Amino acid sequence: MRYFLLIFGVLVVLVVLIAGRRGDLTRNRPLQIFPDMKRQLKLRPQTANSFFVSGLSSQLPPPGTIARSEPLNVGGQAVYPFEDLPVNTGRNPGTTNFVELNPLPVTAQLLERGQQRYGIYCTPCHGATGEGKGITQKIGAMAVVANLHDKRIVELPDGDLFNTISHGKNLMGAYAPQIALEDRWAVVAYLRALQLSRLGAVDDLSPEVRATLK
Amino acid sequence: MSAIFPKWTNRLPVMIIIGGALTASAVTAGVWYYFTPKYARVGYQPIQPVSFSHATHVNQLGMDCRYCHDKVEQSWFSNIPAASTCMNCHNQVLKDDPRLELVRESAATGKPIPWVQIHRVPDFVYFNHAVHVNRGISCVECHGPIDKMEEVYHAKPLSMTFCLDCHRDPASKLRPLDKITDLNWTWSDDPNVAAQTQRAKGKEMMDHWRVESLENCSACHR
Ligand code: HEC
Ligand code: HEC
Ligand code: HEC
Ligand code: HEC
Ligand code: HEC
Ligand code: HEC
Repeated sequence: MRYFLLIFGVLVVLVVLIAGRRGDLTRNRPLQIFPDMKRQLKLRPQTANSFFVSGLSSQLPPPGTIARSEPLNVGGQAVYPFEDLPVNTGRNPGTTNFVELNPLPVTAQLLERGQQRYGIYCTPCHGATGEGKGITQKIGAMAVVANLHDKRIVELPDGDLFNTISHGKNLMGAYAPQIALEDRWAVVAYLRALQLSRLGAVDDLSPEVRATLK
Repeated sequence: MSAIFPKWTNRLPVMIIIGGALTASAVTAGVWYYFTPKYARVGYQPIQPVSFSHATHVNQLGMDCRYCHDKVEQSWFSNIPAASTCMNCHNQVLKDDPRLELVRESAATGKPIPWVQIHRVPDFVYFNHAVHVNRGISCVECHGPIDKMEEVYHAKPLSMTFCLDCHRDPASKLRPLDKITDLNWTWSDDPNVAAQTQRAKGKEMMDHWRVESLENCSACHR
């Protein structure tokens, strides 16, 4: 009995030592004791797949194709992503001139959406106020970031801003892959609101609000 | 007449019972403790090809999860960012750093970075990020404190019990939609007040957003 107890004790200690506790960090892939049907022959996004020459399961769309999607509703008119219209290109149809004004109706809802998207995608570099003093600049990691209150940028047409967000410019990358078409126009609208916040005159305020100013 | 069996054999049945009981309870305890995703998965932290740190980018730089995992609100699948997303900053930041060699190569040639996948439900389970994220469930409920991790590890078991615990009572986990990616957010600094507010507001949001408590097998196995 003594020997049994001894061996038993040693075994328990060994198992605990080798297997450790729940939640210990480990580099080893989780064991699958009963594989059942956990892994099946199906394509999952962003995995390797030897069926295709490129080895990717998520294939890039062939050039010239567009994703199937609902048309965008612009002032009651259905717009598809392939149409040569200001909403899609930021330019006047048939020309390379940028459109002056946001083709989407600017509503409180659009501005709110723009503010949220601006917070996610633009603040790391341009800062919450758009002065180009985001965190990457503050810690000195990034040298050049544009100040969005610059007179030149304030005077740019909306279409140009849209084009910068979509395709990037010089050192700034393209954001079309991350931000949906409608949201890019929302960001443009919010950017205009940000700029206006610096350009407003006291006379623009209603008399009641003006009275509260010191 | 001499004894055929020595005297100690009188104790044999007792020894067998005690030994058997000890072994059985040890094996049961071992299976209970070790044969569960709480042990098998939690803590899995593979070595990634690039030493990318969520602590640096999210906690220190204050980036939102959706800057990189940008399809999490629209798709069942939360994407790992393309190298071009990293290059938005790293064309200026740490431009020639050897740690980012793979990222630069990937952005230039299109060859994917071989990130090692950590979270993955079995193929017979239907999971959907967009549903959860747009219904007020934060990343932290299923992925743990990602913003504190130098290297990502599997923080929650993601077993069927884990999913069902929340599906039976979503009200205890719902939060305002603009706080989904703010992993440290609570209703209040005081844990008691936070728990009380959660109960009141959670119920309100359940009614307001018509959140269902999904326990049917067909919700997740379809
Ligand atoms: C990774 C950092 C980074 C992020 C994020 C970023 N930008 Fe920029 N942006 C820059 C840099 C750098 C420049 C300066 C480009 C140059 O002139 O070389 C710039 C320039 C600009 C300009 C001026 C373009 C011109 O005509 O000169 C605008 C407008 C702009 N950004 C808007 C945005 C908006 C809107 C967002 C959010 C969707 C955004 N940026 C996000 C880095 C960034
Ligand atoms: C700067 C871009 C970036 C940001 C911001 C970011 N991530 Fe990630 N995330 C990555 C990359 C790259 C990986 C893959 C490498 C890895 O696992 O570390 C990843 C991996 C992950 C994984 C593990 C994926 C797997 O394989 O199972 C989770 C979970 C995750 N991120 C959640 C988050 C959450 C939650 C946030 C917000 C708090 C966040 N991420 C913010 C880039 C980012
Ligand atoms: C908002 C801009 C930004 C983006 C986008 C970004 N990074 Fe960074 N990254 C930084 C900054 C700033 C640092 C810190 C630089 C320093 O330490 O001086 C950094 C540091 C790093 C480091 C060095 C290790 C560390 O933690 O200090 C690695 C590796 C890295 N990033 C990888 C990536 C990868 C991979 C991606 C794409 C998924 C990415 N970064 C996207 C800004 C960014
Ligand atoms: C309800 C639980 C839940 C929530 C909330 C959640 N996730 Fe996930 N996440 C999962 C599960 C489960 C998986 C594994 C999915 C699979 O099998 O592909 C996963 C996988 C991931 C992956 C890895 C994708 C891959 O296959 O490489 C990333 C990145 C990720 N989540 C990011 C996020 C972010 C960012 C948020 C918050 C905006 C979030 N998740 C919220 C449960 C959740
Ligand atoms: C923290 C809470 C929470 C956790 C954890 C959670 N869920 Fe959910 N889940 C929800 C809520 C809330 C909904 C929305 C219910 C509704 O549609 O009203 C939901 C909905 C779903 C749906 C319904 C999608 C649809 O189209 O009807 C599926 C499938 C699902 N969850 C799967 C999972 C799986 C699988 C896991 C475990 C990996 C999981 N959930 C973990 C809260 C959670
Ligand atoms: C909230 C989502 C959800 C619901 C509802 C759900 N399951 Fe599951 N189920 C899961 C997940 C996630 C797993 C994978 C667990 C794992 O990998 O550890 C799973 C695994 C399983 C397995 C395989 C276990 C194994 O390890 O082989 C069976 C069998 C199963 N579920 C049956 C059911 C039945 C029967 C119901 C209805 C009573 C049900 N499930 C309802 C999420 C769910």
